[in-house]
Amino acid sequence: MSSVQESGCKSIRSDSGLVEEHPCYSEGASHRYARMHLAVAPACNMQCRYCNRKFDCANESRPGVVSGVLAPAQALERAGEAMGRLPNLRVIGFAGPGDPLANRERVFATCKPVRKRFPDVHLCLSTNGLHLPEAVDGIVGHGIRHVTITLNALDPEVGAEIYSWIFWRKKRRRGVEAARILLEQQLAGMSALLARGVLVKVNTVLIPGINAGQVSEINRLVSDAGVFSHNVMPLISAPEHGTYYGVMGIPGPSEAELQQVRGLCQGSARLMTHCRQCRADAAGLLGMDRHNELLPASPGGSRVIPIHRPRREPVANPVLLAVASLTGETVDTHFGHAGFFRIYRVSGDRIEALGERVVPQYCQGDDRCVEENHVLNNALNALHDCQGVICSRIGYTPWQALLARGIAPVNRHAEQSVREALRQTALMLQAREGAAIPMAAAVGMQ
Amino acid sequence: MLALIITVECIACWACEPICPNGAIRVKNEIFRIDKNSCTRCEGHADLPQCVEICPVEGAITDAEGSAMNPPGTLTGIPREKIPA
Ligand code: SF4
Ligand code: SF4
Repeated sequence: MSSVQESGCKSIRSDSGLVEEHPCYSEGASHRYARMHLAVAPACNMQCRYCNRKFDCANESRPGVVSGVLAPAQALERAGEAMGRLPNLRVIGFAGPGDPLANRERVFATCKPVRKRFPDVHLCLSTNGLHLPEAVDGIVGHGIRHVTITLNALDPEVGAEIYSWIFWRKKRRRGVEAARILLEQQLAGMSALLARGVLVKVNTVLIPGINAGQVSEINRLVSDAGVFSHNVMPLISAPEHGTYYGVMGIPGPSEAELQQVRGLCQGSARLMTHCRQCRADAAGLLGMDRHNELLPASPGGSRVIPIHRPRREPVANPVLLAVASLTGETVDTHFGHAGFFRIYRVSGDRIEALGERVVPQYCQGDDRCVEENHVLNNALNALHDCQGVICSRIGYTPWQALLARGIAPVNRHAEQSVREALRQTALMLQAREGAAIPMAAAVGMQ
Repeated sequence: MLALIITVECIACWACEPICPNGAIRVKNEIFRIDKNSCTRCEGHADLPQCVEICPVEGAITDAEGSAMNPPGTLTGIPREKIPA
């Protein structure tokens, strides 16, 4: 098969369900088949202005955000678990939280055992394209047959407005220089993949006032190249994300703007309209989660539907919760910096303060904390009877340790009022009924 | 004087670790630090310290005096007065 374009859709269809079993490539499949993302790729090689690497919020539904990174062995375990719970799981993807190709070794090291154990599952990968050309052999060699490239601009002047920097050949590069290098890599990588028969999808984030004028041109170019589908997705932007666009007050497009720009895309690439902008650790059927109805409106509005299902059993009334808060007014403290936790018993709207529990500091912020892992255990012991702990931020290790003890880490209420955080967390913990759709990856959700 | 320091701002993204030419970045329990005896600020390997060049978080790497190698606003492009606290 020399290229997807020449082989045409017919052979793609007959090619062991390459399209019709992938929920992101086929709307029909999105109702029938599940897919999961394995978050094995923490590092990134550039900064997009719609992303904030620092903000590790479990309520975020943006691609690129994940609450824990898996080692390849853990990823295999996670995949196995998911297989057991989601019999219709057909696709395992690599999407972040960084760029999979900035973590090539980890991604490929995960592909090998996953493929061996689940030979029928399709592997897919999403990338910014910066390191695509040199990764094509590895992608094909590891059996990855679907690749998504995010392509937001063809004009480097526009690209310079979208990317703060790229890391390229030992230097951080910015502006038009960076955008030009990125574009060259993306286009070279795209052609190379197509020439090898890989099914390519292109994502374009529509950023009003920045790249709206580029989208139809991108659509034409990628269609002509033989890209299978094109996904024009709305920018997700809110000040609390701390992204450049969020902070600078550049909002996402309205539904009308989105439709108008999509309408200008007349190329042969299938326009994808059922995208749910999954988190990098997502699992399940696209858009089938109702968990979020219980939570404050998700950033980005109703278009964004996280697809997690919590794995934990519902918690009985009342709920015992710990809060990392210095002031007691707002959720203002990092789990690792908390010298004490405030303990509350919550039942409906009734919130009862039970006092404070002092714990030795888990991380002093210097070299010593490496030797002080036992302090984490002290903290965990002090919280042993709590069902959840609310903090502004939390590191990966304590996050995992809390989950392992059945304590829900909650970091989505950073800087909000303690009372509100308590109320919502209790509600959330109690609402975890038996899932209609089995849940696979719980790492991201509390 | 030479060695750099990783601070609590580090998000454990692993970007710096594989590109340090001296293997100076040590990781234990997702806590990253720079071994001061191994770090040369990349002298002889690159013009600029490689960890600083790739790190996505302002303030995550400082010099020995504690001043940020990537000061606020330099990576996100967000003007200083608008940077969320
Ligand atoms: S400055 Fe260079 S030698 Fe020092 S830790 Fe960073 S990458 Fe390694
Ligand atoms: S690149 Fe920066 S944030 Fe990432 S691990 Fe290294 S020091 Fe931490």
